[in-house]
Amino acid sequence: MNNETQTKVGPPLWLLAELTYDCPLHCPYCSNPTDLGDTKDELNTQQWLDVFTQARAMGAVQLGFSGGEPLLRKDLEQMVKHSRELGFYTNLITSGIGLTEKRIAKLKVAGLDHIQISFQGADPEMNDIIAGRGNAFDQKFKMAQSVKEQGYPMVLNFVISKQNISQVEDIMRLSCLLKADYVELATAQYYGWAFANRDHLLPSQKQMVDAEKIVNEFRDKQNGKGPKFFFITPDYFEDRPKACMNGWGSTFLTIAPDGSALPCHSAKMLPLKFPNVKNKSISHIWQQDFAFNRFRGDSWMPEPCQSCDEKEKDFGGCRCQAFMMTGNMDATDPVCSKSPDHHLVQEAIELAKNPKEPIFERVNQRNFKGEDIVRIKL
Amino acid sequence: MINSSLQPKLNPMFRLQWEQVQECYVLLYPEGMVKLNGSAGEIMQLIDGNNKVVDIINTLNDKFPDAGDLTEDIYEFLSAAGEKKWLYYEQ
Ligand code: SF4
Ligand code: SF4
Repeated sequence: MNNETQTKVGPPLWLLAELTYDCPLHCPYCSNPTDLGDTKDELNTQQWLDVFTQARAMGAVQLGFSGGEPLLRKDLEQMVKHSRELGFYTNLITSGIGLTEKRIAKLKVAGLDHIQISFQGADPEMNDIIAGRGNAFDQKFKMAQSVKEQGYPMVLNFVISKQNISQVEDIMRLSCLLKADYVELATAQYYGWAFANRDHLLPSQKQMVDAEKIVNEFRDKQNGKGPKFFFITPDYFEDRPKACMNGWGSTFLTIAPDGSALPCHSAKMLPLKFPNVKNKSISHIWQQDFAFNRFRGDSWMPEPCQSCDEKEKDFGGCRCQAFMMTGNMDATDPVCSKSPDHHLVQEAIELAKNPKEPIFERVNQRNFKGEDIVRIKL
Repeated sequence: MINSSLQPKLNPMFRLQWEQVQECYVLLYPEGMVKLNGSAGEIMQLIDGNNKVVDIINTLNDKFPDAGDLTEDIYEFLSAAGEKKWLYYEQ
């Protein structure tokens, strides 16, 4: 990549720390890789603290602790304290399982700024069948109440799929009851487990249109009060792709549990060799690494993107989506109606009308191989 | 309506801080950031829950004597910031 592009690289404003892939839940929409790697390769406390110090010095300002389930790390409080002292805005992104009132309080003392809890549905029946664990809903509900009682800003995240899309209105009521500040009604992103389960998850266009109408009507009745709702639709129904990660290597830096540095949490699937913080500095990774420079600028772009006047807007779309659907990570995102592969998206929408394979529940087993998939029927 | 004796307070959802690398003030909130321009930063850093609108106006007029009377601009910013819920006023 030429020097001109390199000097234009701004700071990695958003740092996502995936502390562990371990998780007590089994969501079929999970975007973690289906091969979860080995826990013994996970970064230790000191390595994480170093990552935060280096990234902050480069100008990173938002820090998300996620996973898997970040609460499984006993040193979470220590990491929160260190990063808050560095000036990060600290976000905990959790399933709520493993949270207690006491831990919420301890995290507050450590300086945690905000807690995001994910829900799988509007009631225990729906929630717990998707999460693959009994009592998950009750636990999440209680913890969400406690998060607000203890004075945190709270975001609720509902992953919307074919399974729960009919509950949108109940979900919005639940969010009001729990006094959420922001609510993401986000359709699953089809990476990792979610890609394997796409036919079961992807709502139909009619379901999307109906849900959007309900969301808008509900918003109109809010009169500026209550949670702010974000309805995030799958780009499968659009004719332009999303500006994935605000541009490759422009804003987001994800560190995976084993220390791999990625421009986005799903990038590991790409046939690229990603650097690791165990043996490279963050500034070297961000400014010099081949994989991070690979899709910066526009010289890598194929046609029709290369000569398209919208390339500054969407950067040719998502590299992971292009790779998953076409097998070529340089291809124009097939979501774009100008893409020669656009029919693949049309076909996916068709296939989702009648799933042929049973749904896969996420298996929390190390070194998972395809044959071990547990098939359940919802 | 905003008047000069009101005391604006920062919505606890937001945190204001100076970012050396970006050379500006930013407002941080769950998973997001607003970059403030120079004048917005100057006003926001005076919102400490004690200063009244009149104090902010006087302080900034003293600090930037060559900029002319800033009163109008400050009112305009405060009302925009109120709409965005960055600020609130105790009645
Ligand atoms: S999506 Fe579900 S299974 Fe995957 S990490 Fe999150 S809570 Fe765990
Ligand atoms: S052709 Fe490429 S750059 Fe143009 S709109 Fe489609 S994806 Fe974006």
